[in-house]
Amino acid sequence: MSFINYLSREINCKIVYYGPGLCGKTTNLQWIYQRTAPEAKGKMISLATEQDRTLFFDFLPLSLGEIRGFKTRFHLYTVPGQVFYDASRKLILKGVDGVVFVADSQVERMEANMESLENLQLNLSEQGYQLEKIPYVIQYNKRDLPNIASVAELRELLNPLKATEYEAIASRGNGVFDTLKAVAKLVLTELKKGSGG
Amino acid sequence: MNMVMYEEELNQVQVVVDKLVRDANARVVCIVDKNGQLIAASGETDNLDTTSLASLIAGTIAAMGGMAKLLKENEFPTQFHEGVKANIHIQLVGNRVILAVIFDSRATLGLVRLRVKRASDELNNIFEALTRRLPQRGGNTPFGEITDEDIDNLFND
Repeated sequence: MSFINYLSREINCKIVYYGPGLCGKTTNLQWIYQRTAPEAKGKMISLATEQDRTLFFDFLPLSLGEIRGFKTRFHLYTVPGQVFYDASRKLILKGVDGVVFVADSQVERMEANMESLENLQLNLSEQGYQLEKIPYVIQYNKRDLPNIASVAELRELLNPLKATEYEAIASRGNGVFDTLKAVAKLVLTELKKGSGG
Repeated sequence: MNMVMYEEELNQVQVVVDKLVRDANARVVCIVDKNGQLIAASGETDNLDTTSLASLIAGTIAAMGGMAKLLKENEFPTQFHEGVKANIHIQLVGNRVILAVIFDSRATLGLVRLRVKRASDELNNIFEALTRRLPQRGGNTPFGEITDEDIDNLFND
């Protein structure tokens, strides 16, 4: 649910990065934070455990520029990936405008990817959303690691909806901004559609 | 469903928060929607990251709501956190928006609670009227007129 403020002429949208534990959601946000001009970003907040695992969420506000005199602001959130944090994941999905699913390309993480994707669909449906109807992009992360599945395999297992997909090495920034731009574009296009334009 | 707020309502909300800052001797008053977007703020906000604060306030209300559900409660609408120099009082208003008051030793919890109650009623009226008006507005947003080119231009490096 985006928030349009006519007084400050701003439009605010919420994008959630979802995926299994250690797939690189926080790494995506950290790269975006490091590579964005100071005037276009706010502080990055990470609610993490002592071992740097996401406990509740990471949050990064970004300004993308103006459209027709309205400042476009995106609030990026990650969810905690570990299975037992499901209650927190549900909360973070509330009011979401767009979702990025970050998959771990390593063969041994395939089951975790599938479980997380199913969990995403279930949690979205509890909020009255459907993955096939909301702005959604999938990222195949960790393409630099040795034991990875091919993109064709990942696509077959994780992307039956044929969502826009990107290969990424989030720790080096490869594919990170492509993914963000793609989902932001889909969110704005959806807003345009939603307002009957 | 988008939340659209026009100048008229935002000005009304601003009047309420400005008044609350004065009446409660507060440092800062914020109104945040349940998804973490800041709607209005007043007081000593110059050196305060209100965007981050808004997302965290919404996060704590969401977490308490999750706990309430597990305990078969409807909501825990009020929270109070006491620090050394600053305290924060967080109140869910009409299950729509969150009213947060940050205050120090110039105010007391009793005073803040009293003033928050009155402000909550006023805010409730404003947001109820807003909800009633939404269907008449037909959900029109400024984004109805944008073109694909406008969107593309945003991403030109």
